[in-house]
Amino acid sequence: MARLASSRWSIVLGLAIVIAALPFLFPSNYYFRVAAIVNIFALAVVGLNLLMGYAGQVSLGHAGFMGIGAYSVAIGSAHFKLHGLLAMLIGAALAGLVAFLVGRPILRLKGHYLAVATLGFGLLISMALANEAAWTGGPDGMGVPRLEILGYRLRGPDTWYYISGGALLIGVILALNLIESPTGRAMRAIHDSEIASRVAGIDVAAYKLRIFVLSAIYASVAGSLMAFLNGHITPDGTAGFLRSVELVTMVVLGGMGSVVGAIVGAAVLVILPQALTIFHDYEHLMLGLIIMVSMILLPRGIVPSLLARLRGGGA
Amino acid sequence: MAYPSWFSRRVILAAGASAMAIAAAPAFAQGEIKLGAVLSVTGPASFLGDPEKRTLEMVVDDVNAKGGILGRKVRLIVYDDAGDPNAARTFATRLLEEDKVTAMVGGSTTGTTMAMIPAFEDAQVPFISLAGAVQIIQPVKKWVFKTPHTDTMACEKIFEDMKKRNTTKIGMIAGTDGFGKSMRDECVKVAGKYGIEILHEESYGPRDTDMTPQLTNIKNKAGVQAVINPGFGQGPAIVTRNFKQLAINVPLYQSHGVASKQFIGLAGDAAEGVRLPAAALLVADKLPDSDPQKKVVVEYSKAYTTRTGQPVSTFGGHAYDGFMIWKEAVERAKTDNAAKVRDEIEKTKGYIGTGGIVNMSPTDHMGLDLSAFKMLEIRNGDWTIVQ
Repeated sequence: MARLASSRWSIVLGLAIVIAALPFLFPSNYYFRVAAIVNIFALAVVGLNLLMGYAGQVSLGHAGFMGIGAYSVAIGSAHFKLHGLLAMLIGAALAGLVAFLVGRPILRLKGHYLAVATLGFGLLISMALANEAAWTGGPDGMGVPRLEILGYRLRGPDTWYYISGGALLIGVILALNLIESPTGRAMRAIHDSEIASRVAGIDVAAYKLRIFVLSAIYASVAGSLMAFLNGHITPDGTAGFLRSVELVTMVVLGGMGSVVGAIVGAAVLVILPQALTIFHDYEHLMLGLIIMVSMILLPRGIVPSLLARLRGGGA
Repeated sequence: MAYPSWFSRRVILAAGASAMAIAAAPAFAQGEIKLGAVLSVTGPASFLGDPEKRTLEMVVDDVNAKGGILGRKVRLIVYDDAGDPNAARTFATRLLEEDKVTAMVGGSTTGTTMAMIPAFEDAQVPFISLAGAVQIIQPVKKWVFKTPHTDTMACEKIFEDMKKRNTTKIGMIAGTDGFGKSMRDECVKVAGKYGIEILHEESYGPRDTDMTPQLTNIKNKAGVQAVINPGFGQGPAIVTRNFKQLAINVPLYQSHGVASKQFIGLAGDAAEGVRLPAAALLVADKLPDSDPQKKVVVEYSKAYTTRTGQPVSTFGGHAYDGFMIWKEAVERAKTDNAAKVRDEIEKTKGYIGTGGIVNMSPTDHMGLDLSAFKMLEIRNGDWTIVQ
């Protein structure tokens, strides 16, 4: 079981089956919407997990890249009349470029300094989005024209469930391949000890920067999908500081350094608030309590801790 | 093969379940009337969502205690979006798809409202928003209404007062937050209509603690007859204090954004003589008996303060108005059918609420005019109504 779950292709196959089978259990569009949001956040979190779990770098401003993706789609299609998909690609390229430019100086920092620098970057993006009202509609946000492909308007949550599911699958395949590649091994070496990996001949700065750029592109694509799904975006909702914290929480809760963990973390944090509404005024209390308890009992994150238990007890 | 048989069983189950749901539907229609509300009860906009939630719970309890609407109980389903438009949209989908509400009174902020509008337009269910911005109802959306005044109206009310006093040349200092920026744009747009010329403009950030330099610029500009300050939170209080310190000898107009006792507390003596437009609810006890709104605002503020032990806010009033407009529409339509209720909401005429007298039409889904605002002046640390 444990070996099965950690093998590359069984993860991809399992995920594909889950994405394809879930709709049979969905009684209404509401479920499709929640699942689509899980897919979208999972995509961003898989990217962030590469940075945090493998390269060992914290980013507290990752929602900023989601904001770049979301607003590229909105501004591209509303102001420049670009096709939505083209705008999404431009957004991904832009996010990658921004990550490259800010990553060079920022990634020289370590620990708290890195966290604070990325935090500042995220705030900067969301402030810029809120202030450039002529382009972004200001703090109240702007509408996103519906995506049209071959004359067919994509609007239903079910449609976006399948699209976001496909995107997540591609994202997971890329991430898993990367982890198994020499780059992935170099990343893990950096995570364990920067000095040791430098001694082993790994260009630490270059690898860090590459992963930072890659994770920014993941977040940007996720942001674009979110914009298409919702049809209306706001600076706080896409690029806000709380959104960044939420992404980091998903990584830690699901399990750092685990692709499946990233998806589980996203699913738990998206679905829990929906399930906890039965507690009415105590829902936030319950949410905090559940996260605390799971971090105490499963300190390495849900997936790695459970896998370790299976390995220990089941073999 | 196990998979196909499982698959077909699921399909049969699903088909059976939906057939049962269809069969059960008519019987259920005579049960409760479901009203949805997605509000920002927690988070940065909780000062809006909290009184809105308390108000809706209060009026729904009252209505149910008196036998409900059309003899049917009202079931209020509230979700807290914590100010996040994305969460608001998900809860809106949930209200429509899962809870099957036939109307919604909610949407505390412009951001959450705008995020939810497509869901209600698609589902063809009436949505009465409690948020301020004019973009919610302009252009007119078939299923969307709102109860609060717009910032355009606040500008117009101020300019109307200036015109009455033969003030034509003014200075403006605006906050750069969402509220200040939106109102500043609207003021610039409508100034011409009242023959008002904005001679000089300044701005300040939401966390600035000293506006003396900007105000000095305005003071030094020759010919400024009054100053207007679109803003929200502590900024306007600092502007008011600095204004007094610099001894600028022209009237200062604040916006409806600071219409709370807190503002007078923050600005202290400097608030003396400041004028601002505000809803009648704020001065419930000072309204003349002849005022048509007197009865409703006094009753609402009494009921709200007794039940919650908190002072009334205009935001709770917006929720009260939204609920009442919906309730009266359901009573006129004699059904909670979404399409018929929507038509009746649009026909709302002469509804006297806490926010003003509402006359809706196919081209106006808010239905308030400038009489909804009272012009107030702060004298001896309290509001007085300026005629």
